[in-house]
Amino acid sequence: MSTDLQSRTAAPKAARPAPWKPWRSNIGLKIAMAVSGVLMVLFIIAHMAGNLHVFEGREEMNAYAAGLRSFGAPLLPHESLLWVMRIGLVASIAVHIGALIALSRRAHHARPVRYAHRHKAKGESPNAYGIMRFGGIVIFLFVIWHLLDLTWRTVNPVKDAHDAYGAVMATFDPDRWPVTVFYLLALTALGLHLRHGIWSAVQTIAGPNTKWRKRTQAIALAVAVLIVAGFAIVPLAVTFGVVS
Amino acid sequence: MSTDFYREGAPVADAKAPEGPISERWEQRRFSGRLVNPANRRKLRVIVVGTGLAGASAAATLGELGYRVANYCFQDSARRAHSIAAQGGINAAKNYRNDGDSVHRLFYDTVKGGDFRSRESNVHRLAEISTEIIDQCVAQGVPFAREYGGLLDNRSFGGAQVSRTFYARGQTGQQLLLGAYQALQRQVAAGTVDLHTRHEMLELVIVEGKARGIIVRDLVTGEISTELADAVVLATGGYGNVFFLSTNAKGCNVTASWRAHRKGAYFANPCYTQIHPTCIPQSGDHQSKLTLMSESLRNDGRVWVPKARGDDRHPADIPESERDYYLERRYPAFGNLVPRDIASRAAKVVCDEGHGVGPGGLGVYLDFADAIKRLGKKAVEAKYGNLFDMYDRITGENPYERPMRIYPAVHYTMGGLWVDYDLSSNIPGLFVTGEANFSDHGANRLGASALMQGLSDGYFVLPNTISDYLADGPFEALSEDHEAVVAARKEVDDRIAFFLGNDGDRTVDSFHRELGKIMWEYCGMERSDEGLRKAIGLIRDLKDEFYKRVKVTGKAEELNQQLEKAGRVADFFELGELMCIDALHRTESCGGHFRAESQTEEGEAKRDDEHFSYVAAWEFGVDEPVLHKEALEFEYVHPTQRSYK
Amino acid sequence: MKLSLRIWRQPDADTKGQMVPYEIEGVSEDASFLEMLDVLNEHLIAEGKDPVAFDHDCREGICGACSLVIDGQPHGPQAATTTCQLHMRRYKDGDSIDIEPWRAGAFPVIKDLVVDRSAFDRIIQAGGYISAPTGTAPEAHSVPIPKQDADAAFNAAACIGCGACVAACPNGSGMLFMGAKVSHLSLMPQGQPERRTRVLGMVAEHDASGFGGCTNQGECAAACPKEIGLDVIGKLNRDFRKAAVRAA
Repeated sequence: MSTDLQSRTAAPKAARPAPWKPWRSNIGLKIAMAVSGVLMVLFIIAHMAGNLHVFEGREEMNAYAAGLRSFGAPLLPHESLLWVMRIGLVASIAVHIGALIALSRRAHHARPVRYAHRHKAKGESPNAYGIMRFGGIVIFLFVIWHLLDLTWRTVNPVKDAHDAYGAVMATFDPDRWPVTVFYLLALTALGLHLRHGIWSAVQTIAGPNTKWRKRTQAIALAVAVLIVAGFAIVPLAVTFGVVS
Repeated sequence: MSTDFYREGAPVADAKAPEGPISERWEQRRFSGRLVNPANRRKLRVIVVGTGLAGASAAATLGELGYRVANYCFQDSARRAHSIAAQGGINAAKNYRNDGDSVHRLFYDTVKGGDFRSRESNVHRLAEISTEIIDQCVAQGVPFAREYGGLLDNRSFGGAQVSRTFYARGQTGQQLLLGAYQALQRQVAAGTVDLHTRHEMLELVIVEGKARGIIVRDLVTGEISTELADAVVLATGGYGNVFFLSTNAKGCNVTASWRAHRKGAYFANPCYTQIHPTCIPQSGDHQSKLTLMSESLRNDGRVWVPKARGDDRHPADIPESERDYYLERRYPAFGNLVPRDIASRAAKVVCDEGHGVGPGGLGVYLDFADAIKRLGKKAVEAKYGNLFDMYDRITGENPYERPMRIYPAVHYTMGGLWVDYDLSSNIPGLFVTGEANFSDHGANRLGASALMQGLSDGYFVLPNTISDYLADGPFEALSEDHEAVVAARKEVDDRIAFFLGNDGDRTVDSFHRELGKIMWEYCGMERSDEGLRKAIGLIRDLKDEFYKRVKVTGKAEELNQQLEKAGRVADFFELGELMCIDALHRTESCGGHFRAESQTEEGEAKRDDEHFSYVAAWEFGVDEPVLHKEALEFEYVHPTQRSYK
Repeated sequence: MKLSLRIWRQPDADTKGQMVPYEIEGVSEDASFLEMLDVLNEHLIAEGKDPVAFDHDCREGICGACSLVIDGQPHGPQAATTTCQLHMRRYKDGDSIDIEPWRAGAFPVIKDLVVDRSAFDRIIQAGGYISAPTGTAPEAHSVPIPKQDADAAFNAAACIGCGACVAACPNGSGMLFMGAKVSHLSLMPQGQPERRTRVLGMVAEHDASGFGGCTNQGECAAACPKEIGLDVIGKLNRDFRKAAVRAA
């Protein structure tokens, strides 16, 4: 008689498919999405704050832009900070979109058939599904335009890389009002995206209780409004001639 | 055929309860029973039918012990067995309240509550084990109600004078069942239990006098298959659905028990059913089930009916002087808190006299106006808010403004397959646990003791007693070509072929409803010689018509819910007849059953210990059933007449 | 009252289904939704047609068997109510009602409105229990549990396993179901020893069974007949993160 027969119960057989990596689970991917999202939110807040230099005039604004390039000099090489940011942002976007694609494919398999009767969505973030997917696409397209416009200046009349102020003035010139409209639309998508995305990230990473979840939702709304307002004030001010 | 529809056979020889002082009998039986070597357990296969408290706990525990278990349920998940619907709580003689409770007192209360129609040895064992059940369930993570100090809360339930009932809000059955279900799923993962959901047992296989397997139908594909084993455990619940309308789940049925009965297992005390007084009355012919409202409502509600017959005024318009608070009038000492059986019958009496309220005059008022005046609406809401909301949802009436209407409904069946002290039926190898057996509640079940019995049987009794039988195994291997298996399969196939081939024009439900009405009318709360004889005739006629006119659509090889129902209703017909015969022969009033011919001068139930202090164990007979009596002896609790005046 | 119904009919798992219209008259407002379907089935059988198959059992809102999506909402329009407890007085004469099965990749349709929810059982098998073999239990009072923890555990344990959360979720996710069980057990001291292996095992099985991820939309909690909230998903996320970090 072998001794294993003496044991009271057999050990539960391994339920998970081997090799199973927790980080590839739905929750693992959501955490990756949440962390990358939070990093981007931090960047966006910094970016928004930096934009406000526009109200100080051309010299201050361009000095700020130059300061970003020479940050840490002479200890660190030229544009160190920017490169760290660029690499971090590209990585975050890659992780965010990579996780999105994986989760979307899984969600598609998990809900292959739609209801014949579509009912208005309910819940604490009832339209999150659409807002996050389609809003995300709008934001992505905007970012490409934004890079072409204000970073690489491909579509911007001001080609002097050191004249950030001039580029901003040019892009939101009243004659180019569709650019401003597109900018504001993208901001709306961003705001909605953040309102859900921020609390959703906290829910995924920290898992607050009901009281803190409600607080998180309120904070997320406040942060989203603040960011949208902070960004929107620049094009509005330029377009309406408050700054010129 | 005799005029009483049955004949009497030899008395039951031995219920196997050990001798000696009652508190040592279970200890003694555990020692005298033979054990199975752990290494041999995996060679022994046990079938458990049912995944309620009694089934899931037995399957999980047998799996833990190392037996190979095959577990079946007709629901889509083991978690949905009807134990889940038990609301109130579970008794245990923990004496945490220091209010004088003890194993002996729980034993005493349960024997007395059962109106002296249960076995002392079994009930004592139940009371002893009750404390272990609570320990076990807490260890599994059952979230019982707790006090601020973190210790378990208790309440008094069903008129008990001590607080010994453990509870988890109004969902105690759910939480206990989920505990057992999780223990079961753990064994499924461990590979010791093969769980088959959406499978229904349709026949028992008996080989050389021993229960050796079952025939099951896969309810999704319709495939008929055979499961062979060394022993079979039936934990298939009660048969209250013979009344069509009951608080049971729609799927609850007697088929597994009845098939075993037809193969020779005795059916004990089939007429013992429990009628619960506080259910929401029937609202119309579409009604498919009755919903229980917690008994606790009677703590603050006052029961009344209009004094004038057929008074259909709004209850608020009926002045005090024209109301009959009949429970307070007839039972001044207990008033609205009389036990379930008394409250139920009193409601029936006033409704039969034409004082009932609501559709069909089948209802009495349960009025909270006084309680709201005395305690305030807030306090009443805090206590009963959930129940009031549920009532509002079902009836569309607001109980804060208009008294509730309640009426008794069938709730539990004390009768069931006969088992000895070891929970073995008279067929060797066939064990029966939980509500499916008859053993512990006598003629009336006390509140909060059904959960106790189901878990006691499954966790602690059966796993200890079945080894004595299995010690002789493994029994000779059987093949599916064995003539007994082939014959059992053929019976199943023939029955299915009959239903699908019958050129009928009436639905199964229409027959079931009609059978239920007969049972409720003549074999419900009040029975009489004349009524029962009439009922037997009606049932037989209806059964003939059923076989001629029943219509079942669809095929055998698919999910066919009509076919499932047809088989169950066919068995209910035969059971219903036996219930009436049992009720007819028992010419005493006892437990919830009022026999018109056996009453005191004041019209109260009169038990007849001289002639009926026995268990009626019925053997199936093609022409007429055979009655085997098992005498009940009371050494510790001496029978007295109950009085609530 | 008179109603126009459209009901999903599908003979078996492999055959394509469709919405089929039915007219029904004389429905009592006191009938429950399932009793209305009983009446319809009685008519269908009388006409020699195949009655509509649907899961149901206790009809008092606790077994979790009933599972209909009514006008696009699991368990219908009434909050905190299972289909079996929904009554026809919610509707008025002449209404049209669409009835569909739970829709989820992990819950394949068996027939008509009946789906296979065994994936939920598999998730429990993967760790949704406390290992306490019969007979091993210590005295019940040996471990006091703060009342608020016991109450919170009860709230999570009230889940009836009906699957409405999955049916409501645009991602077909079973996170609310799984979160309820993880929360129940990890709020109890008895559940601590297996806390990490439990959550890892259950999440693996959840994903392997084909449930999707969570977008924190909250449709699940809005559909839950037992009003289980999103906090259980938060707790599940937190437990999972901690366990995954420890396992890495």
